[in-house]
Amino acid sequence: MNPPASAALAAKDFKSDYKPIWCPGCGDYSVLSSVTKALAALGLRPENVAVVSGIGCSSRIPAYTTCYGFHGVHGRSLAAATGLKVARPDLTVLVASGDGDGYSIGGNHFLHACRRNVDLTYIVMDNHVYGMTKGQASPTTEPDWDSKLSPGGSGVREFHPLVIALASGANFVARAFSGDPNGTAAILAEAVRHPGFSFVEVLSPCVTFRPDQRAWKERAHPAPVAPTDDPARAARRIMTDDGFNIGVLYKGNRKPYRGAVPATSTVAELGRRFELQGG
Amino acid sequence: MHPGHGSVSVALAGSGGAGVMTAGNMLLEAAAQAGYYSLMTRTSGPQIRGGEAAAMVRVCSFPTDAQDDRFAVLAAIDWQNIGRFAAEIPLDSSSLLIGDPAQGDPPELFLKSGARYLPLPLKALAKQIEGGWPNMVALGVLAGLMRLPAQAVERAVARSMKKGREAGINAARLGMAQAAAREDFPLPPPPPKTVRWLITGNEAAGLGALRGGVRFVAAYPITPATELLEYMAPALAKLGGTLVQAEDELASINMILGASYGGAPALTATSGPGLSLMIEALGLGVTAEIPVVVVDVMRTGPSTGIATKSEQADLNIALYGLHGDAPHVVVAPNSLADCLGATEWAVHLAESLQVPAIVLSDQYFGQARAVVDVPVFQDRVVARLTAKNGAAYKRYALTESGVSPMALPGTPGLAYTADGLEHNERGIPSSQASDHLAQMDKRARKLAQLDPGENWASQEGGCDGEGDIAVLTFGSCTGPVREGIARARADGVAARLVSLRLLSPAQPERLKQALAGVKRVLVVEQNHSGQFLRYLRGEYDLPGEVASLRRPGPLPFRPDEIYRRLLELGRK
Ligand SMILES: Cc1ncc(C[n+]2csc(CCOP(=O)(O)OP(=O)(O)O)c2C)c(N)n1
Ligand code: SF4
Repeated sequence: MNPPASAALAAKDFKSDYKPIWCPGCGDYSVLSSVTKALAALGLRPENVAVVSGIGCSSRIPAYTTCYGFHGVHGRSLAAATGLKVARPDLTVLVASGDGDGYSIGGNHFLHACRRNVDLTYIVMDNHVYGMTKGQASPTTEPDWDSKLSPGGSGVREFHPLVIALASGANFVARAFSGDPNGTAAILAEAVRHPGFSFVEVLSPCVTFRPDQRAWKERAHPAPVAPTDDPARAARRIMTDDGFNIGVLYKGNRKPYRGAVPATSTVAELGRRFELQGG
Repeated sequence: MHPGHGSVSVALAGSGGAGVMTAGNMLLEAAAQAGYYSLMTRTSGPQIRGGEAAAMVRVCSFPTDAQDDRFAVLAAIDWQNIGRFAAEIPLDSSSLLIGDPAQGDPPELFLKSGARYLPLPLKALAKQIEGGWPNMVALGVLAGLMRLPAQAVERAVARSMKKGREAGINAARLGMAQAAAREDFPLPPPPPKTVRWLITGNEAAGLGALRGGVRFVAAYPITPATELLEYMAPALAKLGGTLVQAEDELASINMILGASYGGAPALTATSGPGLSLMIEALGLGVTAEIPVVVVDVMRTGPSTGIATKSEQADLNIALYGLHGDAPHVVVAPNSLADCLGATEWAVHLAESLQVPAIVLSDQYFGQARAVVDVPVFQDRVVARLTAKNGAAYKRYALTESGVSPMALPGTPGLAYTADGLEHNERGIPSSQASDHLAQMDKRARKLAQLDPGENWASQEGGCDGEGDIAVLTFGSCTGPVREGIARARADGVAARLVSLRLLSPAQPERLKQALAGVKRVLVVEQNHSGQFLRYLRGEYDLPGEVASLRRPGPLPFRPDEIYRRLLELGRK
């Protein structure tokens, strides 16, 4: 099962034999394959990678890899990943989420993970819908999208995750499309290599509740510009593009989160501070 | 002479900036220097900073973290809003009120206790010394009334003051001279010298966590747990660990789960509102079998409640707050010093059983500072059972003990996914009834097989079946109960004390033995609805007649209340 330590690994070595629960045609299959390709391209070993997620169709990804997985509670993947990476800086930590998990219930953690700039790669499979709970509006759903829970549309304007990530301090911002697994794999590999908090929004259609998203194939196109290190510039571009610009859009150079430093004392010594002297 | 029961209790009050806490801490230190045990609790008004406050100091010849029934002396730098503290600083006709006549008369709320009033021009006296302050004069007066040796007071002042040391010492001396000329509340002789610590409950809990092996903390500030975190932040840095200030408690608990999944013993500290936010993720810790420790420094609830004051009302949420059947550990320290031992133990239990453990401390312990005997600790780190190698690894293997070896990320060949979804032995999500039952049994078995030894409770009295009364309590009620029992025993009514430290898993067999021969049980707790009583009735068979003594926070129980209740029971 486990390949010998010396052998170079292929993408398939990162794929577990556990069959995904996803609907046929779901964009997340391709994201899974991009993740495994990227890990192979990075020359990593599965035991040194952890994939952390919350709850949702997209959040099922960890167990479909041969890496260490953490399938936590809804919306808290970034928090769990932050704890893991700070405690275990030796690991490569990927975080997988959906637009509901990551932007709605987990929205606050998104802001603060960007700010904190821990060396994580955050992959949000955005399908503009809650897939797992069968078709409700998410923070990226169009205001006029009709659903049982919001008949005639929610009437609420959508959220702009890439701009929010920039404003909050993410160190790497990219948009990918699941319909291009090799391109997505390349972006993911670059995101992992980039220090600090890397955010990759992957447009990943939900064929079941958003069959209209099959048309994304036609709409996605490579970003006509090179990544910038100027967040204001990147934000302006993203605010004004058509939402289907694919590629690395921003690469910053903020210092990643400062973790533990080597010990300088012992517990016994700390205890002595409380011992009464004199008397 | 004031009936101080081997101790003298004094309070020093004043409005913001009067320096009552500084002087209170020096009095505590002076008592320590003179060889006494002592305890300082504090109370303050609603202002964030400044505002009225009182330092309450009990100097004793024996270790205790209970406040006494009455205060011998209440000294005030000024009286502005000090009447608010009347219920917290009970006086009687043998008490003395000291105040500066220039600040007006003491509030009627205090005078009606019958306490005598001794006007002392604290401000004018302080002015006699260049750079002198009224709080230092008041410190001297209080120390002088207790007949604390001048040398101990001077040393305490010198140790805590970097600037103005000389003036501080002179002002305290002047205060002592004033006292000597007037009244007398002498202390009993000090106990034989032993090694002691001066520590707060929050510091003790933090140190206990570090001793237990905790090297990762994530937390969100909340009164009265913040000082625990503020103690741990620099201490962790010195030990090569980290504290992350999280964006909220949802993040804190999930961060520590992530860190612990990675192998780092991890902890968070909070109070009721924060614990409420952590509940969902605690269930993840139970199901995914990830050890974590949550210290809940309880404050008055529900909702924001009284943020700065104590109550034992989070027992229900700690025991029963999780959805689903979610076996986990709940431990309660039963003395200020035990905040160390209980938290260290909680880390051991969490790590060895791979479960979340909740430590129920409270504001009373957390923010009180005391001279204590060297806290008891285990001085060992319990290593988690980890998996190193092997084929066809089963993270959730159905072992006899229920504990299965945990593979840490980085270990080749053993990768698995920790999951809050019900799963089979391999950790693969499963909706099969048989997997659910088997894993529920496994998780329950871990706790059922726990042998806590003597740690489950503090048992006192009841040797050779002495007395047929038992008092059952937990946490910060234990101190006053212990003292109430001692006074009742001196009056011929014997009762045993059983203070539970391990609240979950319950230990019915042990309690049964502890209560052998008991005909009357008194349950003491600080909450409104009798949460502890209901818990005891649910988990244990209580013998004979059961009486409940309870009230909500923030007023602590005083030994006399316990004593009187025991005499009543003894007469029955
Ligand atoms: C606390 C909590 N609330 C609600 C749910 C129900 N729930 C599960 S997944 C989900 C939404 C998932 O949507 P998204 O993150 O977009 O993922 P997708 O399924 O579309 O991949 C919700 C609301 C839950 N599991 N936990
Ligand atoms: S419901 Fe949508 S998101 Fe979920 S598996 Fe099916 S296609 Fe994918």
